[in-house]
Amino acid sequence: MSGLDFLTTRLETALGWGRKFSLFHYPFITACCGMEYMSAACAHFDIDRFGAGLTRFSPRQADLLLVVGTVTHKLAPVLRTVYDQMLEPKWVIAFGACAVSGGIYQNYAVVQGIDRIVPVDVYIPGCPPRPEMVLDGLLKLQDKIQHQKQDWRWGTKP
Amino acid sequence: METPRIQRDARPESMLINMGPSHPAMHGTIRIMLELDAERILNAEVEVGYLHRGFEKTCENKTFFNLLPYTDRLNYVSPLINNLGYAMTMEKMLGVGVPERAQLIRVLMSELSRVSDHLTCLAAMAMECGAFTVFLYMMKAREFLWDTIEFTAGARMTTSYIRIGGVRADLHPDWRGSLATAVRETRKVLKDVSGLLDENSIFLGRTRGVGVISKEDALSYGWTGPCLRSTGIPYDVRKASPYLVYDRLAFEVPVGEFGDNYDRYSVRMREMGQSLRLLEQVAALIPDAAPLTGSLGLEPAEAIRRSRRQRPDERVHLSPNLEGSEKERLGGLMTSDGRVGVPPKEDTYTTMEGLIGHFLFFMSGKGIRPPKGDVYFSVEGGNGEVGFYIVSDGTDRPYRLHLRAPCFHIVAALEQLIKGRLIADVIPTFGSMNMIGGELDR
Repeated sequence: MSGLDFLTTRLETALGWGRKFSLFHYPFITACCGMEYMSAACAHFDIDRFGAGLTRFSPRQADLLLVVGTVTHKLAPVLRTVYDQMLEPKWVIAFGACAVSGGIYQNYAVVQGIDRIVPVDVYIPGCPPRPEMVLDGLLKLQDKIQHQKQDWRWGTKP
Repeated sequence: METPRIQRDARPESMLINMGPSHPAMHGTIRIMLELDAERILNAEVEVGYLHRGFEKTCENKTFFNLLPYTDRLNYVSPLINNLGYAMTMEKMLGVGVPERAQLIRVLMSELSRVSDHLTCLAAMAMECGAFTVFLYMMKAREFLWDTIEFTAGARMTTSYIRIGGVRADLHPDWRGSLATAVRETRKVLKDVSGLLDENSIFLGRTRGVGVISKEDALSYGWTGPCLRSTGIPYDVRKASPYLVYDRLAFEVPVGEFGDNYDRYSVRMREMGQSLRLLEQVAALIPDAAPLTGSLGLEPAEAIRRSRRQRPDERVHLSPNLEGSEKERLGGLMTSDGRVGVPPKEDTYTTMEGLIGHFLFFMSGKGIRPPKGDVYFSVEGGNGEVGFYIVSDGTDRPYRLHLRAPCFHIVAALEQLIKGRLIADVIPTFGSMNMIGGELDR
């Protein structure tokens, strides 16, 4: 025997560890950033190395919402519906300048940042952000998930 | 909110289903409402506008120089072609010529963008039909193409590299190597993809004879680009009204026969082969950059130290933001017309006249001020004819700017193409159209 016959951890740590490496993401792709999302997801940069490779096209199966690209006022209700359909625990990444703040489109048509519609965990700036930045943002989110305090009152709304 | 037409007219026994906008095959920005009899589509209504970002209106409030980055984000799969379309429209309006070297670089960048555009379109189309391998292969090839662009332009997609009057900087010293890699890798991928799809019965079943459009219909809808050529009409702006140096280059315009999804796929595949051919020809035509002449001058810190006692005679060496944008090189890259290009940074930071020139270029009300009038110019984009119509009232901002977006006209025919077909046919038909939201909704 190697001497490592037992392992101790805390439930919270184990849960965070499990969650951060098994993110099922729903890409809410609307615009230019989608191209960089495709790059990040494919072989060169490979988001799968960080445990977020499984793309789910149903919000009900996803726990990470990637808002990729410009969200216009016309699209805003759709984004909110998608967010509401996701099950807890769920996280949101604002991908690209438009999702973060409206970006260069400061006009009548564009929502000035998706945090006006849904809560955001990680903001990835850039127009569009490079795939390396996307991976960095993902690592930041994983860090956040790892250190998240679990709500032990599941099933009851605080 | 008004009830959609399709909902008002629906038969009571049929089923209404909503596809998109948050549907993976609708690319996030299209909504199709379908009236169904089981799997059969009786009626369809396409709703666009989910990515309307106010491009044209925004441009009216930007100077001619400052609105260039917005054009990057129109057809964001081939941003450099949009830059080119806008820059050439402005050059036509201002009546300025572009140096030979800049023209060749523009062709190089256009063709790189065209290949990446077609790759992305077919990758998405194939993936939506279930061929995920094709998607991964094609994205791999696109990375190599983008590496080449990034080497020179400094950004992967939204480069704003092609400027009014020329290009921003010279090619990267190692561009030939990266271009050769990109061409080689893309050829390999095209061969692999041909092997995977050309005789694949699942793919053929979903594309052959599906989404058929006749020549007459395609023309009356205003189709251009690969989608029009798939019906057999060899209309290509590069051939019909050659711009840049396209009339000196050898390439063919591939056409299809039936105007179905498979033809649109095959025309794009063959066009990529032609674009790679063009890339090699242009690469052979572009001479190597002349080495910079003379001494590079004083380092800025040294110049400041010396200037405390007296003005230094020697030129100050400023490393420009992008490699190859030194003053000596600008002659081959930008027009010498002072109204059009940004003054060289060396002048701006070291001489009073240069600084004044810089301010005059960027000050509100100054800068690029084309004469009164309107102008239309179009280039061959990834999807077809990308045209810019600009009205100038003599100020530094456009009075009106309109984009002729090729895929707007193509998507207009979608309802007709899917009517009477099955739901599953929507996916390859829509995929082969290469709808790009930024360009469609502007």
